[in-house]
Amino acid sequence: MTKQNITLNVNGRDHAIAVEPRRTLVDAIREDCGQTGTHIGCEHGICGACTVIVNGEPVRSCLMFAAQADGKNIRTVEGLAKGDELHPMQRAFMEHHGLQCGFCTPGFLMLAVGVLEREPDIGDDDLIDVLSSNLCRCTGYQNIIKAVRAAAAEMRGK
Amino acid sequence: MRGSFGEHALPRVPLTPTLSPQAGRGRTGSGAALPEKGKYIGRSVPRLEDRPLLTGQGRFAADISFPNQLHMRVVRSPVAHGTLRGIDASAALALPGVHAVWRFADVAHIPPIGFRLTGLTELEPYRQYVLANNTVRYVGEPVAAVFAENAYLAEDAADLVALDIEPLAPVLDAAADTGAFDAGHSTETTILEKSFGDIAAAFAKATHIVALDLSIGRHTGVPLETRGAIATYDEARDLLAMYGAAKVPHWNRDRIAQMLGRTVENTHLYEGHVGGGFGIRGELYPEDVLVCAAALKFRRPIKWIEDRREHLIAANHSRQQRHKVRAAIDADGRILGIDNEFFHDNGAYMRTHAATVPDLAAAMLPGPYRVPAYRARGHIRLTNKTPCGTYRAPGRYESTFVRERLMDAIAAKAGIDRIEARRRNLIDKNAMPYDLGVSTLGTQVIYDSGDYATLIDKLLATADWAAMQRDCKTRRAKGELVGAGFAMFVEKSGLGPFDKVRIEVAPDGAIEVITGVASIGQGVETVVAQIAAETLGVDYGTIRVTHGQTDRIDRGMGAFASRATVMCGEATRQAAVKLRESTLAAAATLMQTSADRLDIVDGEIVRTGAGGPSMPFAALAAAQNGLTAEAEYRQSHMVYPYGAHVAQVRLDSGTGAVIVERYTIAYDVGRAVNPMLVEGQIAGGFAQGLGGALLEEFLYDENGEPLSVTFADYLMPTAREVPHTGILVTEDAPSTLNPLGLKGAGEGGVNPVGATIASAVDDALGKPGAVTQLPVTPQRLRALIKTN
Repeated sequence: MTKQNITLNVNGRDHAIAVEPRRTLVDAIREDCGQTGTHIGCEHGICGACTVIVNGEPVRSCLMFAAQADGKNIRTVEGLAKGDELHPMQRAFMEHHGLQCGFCTPGFLMLAVGVLEREPDIGDDDLIDVLSSNLCRCTGYQNIIKAVRAAAAEMRGK
Repeated sequence: MRGSFGEHALPRVPLTPTLSPQAGRGRTGSGAALPEKGKYIGRSVPRLEDRPLLTGQGRFAADISFPNQLHMRVVRSPVAHGTLRGIDASAALALPGVHAVWRFADVAHIPPIGFRLTGLTELEPYRQYVLANNTVRYVGEPVAAVFAENAYLAEDAADLVALDIEPLAPVLDAAADTGAFDAGHSTETTILEKSFGDIAAAFAKATHIVALDLSIGRHTGVPLETRGAIATYDEARDLLAMYGAAKVPHWNRDRIAQMLGRTVENTHLYEGHVGGGFGIRGELYPEDVLVCAAALKFRRPIKWIEDRREHLIAANHSRQQRHKVRAAIDADGRILGIDNEFFHDNGAYMRTHAATVPDLAAAMLPGPYRVPAYRARGHIRLTNKTPCGTYRAPGRYESTFVRERLMDAIAAKAGIDRIEARRRNLIDKNAMPYDLGVSTLGTQVIYDSGDYATLIDKLLATADWAAMQRDCKTRRAKGELVGAGFAMFVEKSGLGPFDKVRIEVAPDGAIEVITGVASIGQGVETVVAQIAAETLGVDYGTIRVTHGQTDRIDRGMGAFASRATVMCGEATRQAAVKLRESTLAAAATLMQTSADRLDIVDGEIVRTGAGGPSMPFAALAAAQNGLTAEAEYRQSHMVYPYGAHVAQVRLDSGTGAVIVERYTIAYDVGRAVNPMLVEGQIAGGFAQGLGGALLEEFLYDENGEPLSVTFADYLMPTAREVPHTGILVTEDAPSTLNPLGLKGAGEGGVNPVGATIASAVDDALGKPGAVTQLPVTPQRLRALIKTN
């Protein structure tokens, strides 16, 4: 299958890569850009483990082709911390034991950060609706909800 | 009460792993009994595991790659039962970049996968080969394996492999007629029996007999990370390595070496991060063996990453059983005997767990109650569905549902309150240790400790059961369908027979605890570090815990049966005691005093009582050119935590939904090393239990075609469905079998959820015994409401 040349901007850095038109964005991020923090849980858009932020919006990177993200700004979990300083969302997940195996965690972090950046004053009911769009199999969600509420308060305070 | 409720009463600590612990406390010589709550043991310290997982630096199976690797794609049977007459791989092999296509003939020298637990010899004819030979027995069975230059190409090629399969009639109901597995074997593999007491006499003298026919749905662990395996072969060193191991790396290493004609010295398994275990992940599967065999054959790294559809049809399923149970009771509702005949659906083959799940179901069914006479007869049957293994609380999620349905029915028959029926039958704390009279997993079931009555009191007070009853009554009078449910259970944990730990201190003072257990996301690194740090007298954040690496320690049992904290925890404590003793002996010489006048506090070797010069632990390690200590903890008996759950539910008669309004869990773990992690285990288990109670079910059509192959069909709870849960962790009955009093915490959250929800739904319907089948899906609930 012929490949096409595209540029993915991942966490501020351009990656000039050649991909088949059918290559998913998540495969390109992981395999072609070497950023394996974004995980693949179902490849059919339900679990949300692959959630990244594309041009400011949380998206399922398994449901988007890499070619569709050509030239767009992509943020992944690797871009959340500033050097050694964790993002408030990452810190809140640690403080509230919002992760166990950690596989779904990057997707939840990017989902929550993406939504709160757009809607810092989101209501609690809407927030739980948003969080119900990703799956976690370890925590039973309550600690994730607590962590996101805490980080939301901190992000609003800034 | 030495318990804690929710987050409120827990000692909250600073939240960086390098926190400085609270003020030191005196210690009196090495090996002394540990205090009730130590500097680390009993504290909710933050996890050491979290940072790489939060920053995208995890190393899960799919994150492992090697130069020049080939990707494997498994061609799976699309037919539930049939004769495999031929495989045409020519079109696949014609694709550029396709390296090879394997079929049975290519792996005919590899024996079938053996049994890890409960491996009855009569089950051996039912073992699974890594590729199907001339019969396919479930949709998803590996039939061929494609090896290609990249994953997309491997999948393209797999689609081009043409299978010639002549369909045969499938067997789909394990409780109906049996069929033929092959020419010489029935689909009824064996019947297991467990019994004690005089069951005939019990029924002869019964005032009432209660009989139920109950079914538990087929569902399973479904970790968020699918399976994966990457094998490499280093010809120069004759070293076979497999990455992506989990749960039982040493056992799998031994078997892979054996199956491929190698030795345990030149075969190694490496566990990276593991995206959830729950019993199903890390067992030895056909794909693990295939990548290893292919790496040996092709002399190239072989990578296999499962997709979600494959996972839902090829990784172990669990739980599906039907029980026809009867209880003989006296006029007061006291149990005289329980007679249970059940049908266990193990799917198409006997995998590594062999008879484990039905055996546990039979052994653990009596639970916390005094049962004078008991008989269990379990038909272990095969069907043309995905093979089964264990899933968190294996056999107990099932048997607790059966027993607690029975207790509700006994209460109704005797005309007494549901809680009172249980109280009348509880095993008294003074009867501990209590020999149940059956064995499972090669060990006699002897409850080591437990105060069941006190736990009921605490749970009902915490959940405010009395107020809940009033609330339900008031609302029911107004037409709402609301109800409360209760269920109780005994868990098992800490399966031996051994665990081994070595602690190495490098000359620079770095401390590494090397264990034979595995981490499946449960926080074992933190817990082991807490125990080592407490015993040794150093900061837990300075300890690195190594697990799941077969080249670092020669033996290990892995992580299953809620065993890691109990078995590895005690082995760690023993190794740390030894290391502490040798450290203080060496320090005594250097510091010109005796060892009994020295202590290690916060990583500093100090004189007890009087002041005077001290020396850093690291300086002693340097002086000794490193230190090491090793311990192997052996234990032939399990330890038995216990708990109870309360639910309040509302039924939506329009949609058939069960809305869980309140849920409270009490669980006695003997001693909680890290209460935050114990609560995390309980909360996560509860969500899985709720899935099995209301949502999750693998369905098949009449031809054996699986219908639950995506997350749109196989529904797992989301943040919307899982309510806030009150969690009461108690420490009223420390284990008497290990010095710290530890019992495992992994399975008490999931065990009775099906039973509790069923009890609450009955109550809401005002019809005891209405729920006979899990999950209580909207369709089934609407049918119950209509017939009400």
